[in-house]
Amino acid sequence: MPSAADSLFKALADPTRRAIFERLTRNGEQTVHALTACAGVSQPMVSKHLGALRRARLVRHRHQGRETHYQVRPEALAPLVDWVSHYADFWQNKFDRLEEVLERLEDTHQRSDK
Amino acid sequence: MTQLDTPARSLIMERDFPHPPEKVWRALTESSLIEQWLLENDFQPIVGRSFSLRREPMANWNGVIDCRVLAVEPCRSVSYTWNASGSEWVVTWVLTPTAAGTHLRMEQSGFHPDQEQNYKGAKYGWQKFIGSLERVVAGL
Repeated sequence: MPSAADSLFKALADPTRRAIFERLTRNGEQTVHALTACAGVSQPMVSKHLGALRRARLVRHRHQGRETHYQVRPEALAPLVDWVSHYADFWQNKFDRLEEVLERLEDTHQRSDK
Repeated sequence: MTQLDTPARSLIMERDFPHPPEKVWRALTESSLIEQWLLENDFQPIVGRSFSLRREPMANWNGVIDCRVLAVEPCRSVSYTWNASGSEWVVTWVLTPTAAGTHLRMEQSGFHPDQEQNYKGAKYGWQKFIGSLERVVAGL
């Protein structure tokens, strides 16, 4: 059973899907037709990519007449934010340990001076 | 659609230490001291020298970080590449003397979206997206 992060990263690993997602982020809600017009791929392909984004819960959709409208769910990006903060936490922890090492070094140095 | 054009992103951490730069430099560049605060390693402060840092293995990753020394300026700065999980970053340490000791700055750069050829397969392709993340999150 893939985690939410797995399906998110997998969905965003594809450059066409990232471009579609970015376009929705920049321009707000769009119809499938509007997205197809600038995607450089066929409408069935755009629909397939939108399906992957939907399964990763990165977009939501609604039907109006014969058109389907898509918009982003930015809160679904949380695992990505976590990824950057993972490194921030890593270094925070390392800086704390460096501080401890420096404290100990001073002690050693003072003892060897005697 | 057009190629995404997003700037590289860096992670920067800074801290002041009540210790002289010479001492901070030792902790940053002596292998046995590095191991005490960072990771097990075979670092040598020689430009061009390859070394590795070892973390605990995780799912899908053996925990080995492959590095190469890019620049060494004694008591002032040291930088090296940082290759992990198919992505490459550059880690740069800069020491600045202060009245109370040393100001230390660490920059991990290379969270950028345009190094497609560096990624070993689509599995890590999502990391390229990180460059535009800041803008997206800023719009939340």
